[in-house]
Amino acid sequence: MTIGLEHYLVVSAILFALGLFGVIIRRNVLVIYMSLELMLNAANLALVAFSRFNNNLDGQVMVFFIITVAAAEVAVGLALIVALFRRKQTTHVEDLATLKF
Amino acid sequence: MSELPNILFYVFAALAVIFAIMVVANPFSRSPVTSAMFLVLTMACLAGLFTLLHAFFLAAVQILVYAGAVMVLFLFVIMLLDLQEEQRRKIKSLGFVAGLVSVGSVLAIFIRSLLIVKPGEGTIASIEGSTVELGRLLFTKYLLPFEIVSILLLVAMVGVILLSKKDLK
Repeated sequence: MTIGLEHYLVVSAILFALGLFGVIIRRNVLVIYMSLELMLNAANLALVAFSRFNNNLDGQVMVFFIITVAAAEVAVGLALIVALFRRKQTTHVEDLATLKF
Repeated sequence: MSELPNILFYVFAALAVIFAIMVVANPFSRSPVTSAMFLVLTMACLAGLFTLLHAFFLAAVQILVYAGAVMVLFLFVIMLLDLQEEQRRKIKSLGFVAGLVSVGSVLAIFIRSLLIVKPGEGTIASIEGSTVELGRLLFTKYLLPFEIVSILLLVAMVGVILLSKKDLK
């Protein structure tokens, strides 16, 4: 049995769901951030698979941009987390509810 | 010989899913460092899947940027913050069940739409993601987004320097 597009998309969907699950249940900002990275990676896998099976290289260029933007996003997000930790001494989301109505 | 990529696909896919589970819901440890290490392994497995999809350049970039730079940044911040009391808190069971239900339904929507649409029908795996082709595309068709991304990186750098100043206003 050959591996088709669906196989890759199923793996991508499972990884995305796991990332979403992590964002929902974990309470540590850093782990939530890692789960976000996992979701971005799942999207990357889907894009590369579509690119390969639809004979179109645009998807891979998109993945290249996503990786670049994710690197910038991680840098800014971690700087925010460090700034937040300096002020509040915690990375637990339930202690960071100042904006909660 | 043609069987080997198929076996490798299943190996990499299973390992990626197992490591991803260990990232979000590790039953043995709640430490962010463990999550980060398992995330590195997930990235490596995804790079293997990229290689199986003949996207060699992206596989290399995945290892260099994600498993290398991004995760080192994560580990640096974890070590910098020095978290100890984080491990003691428990996950609420109601939140766990609610998360499981919502994520399960999202996954069901994904799989079901895949089964209905069948996007892979009649397609043939043909493209080679060689660095030459990718680079050519990047500097012709995608030249403007490429430049915008470089500006974005500059802005991110300036923002990070501003955010990590000692007396943040």
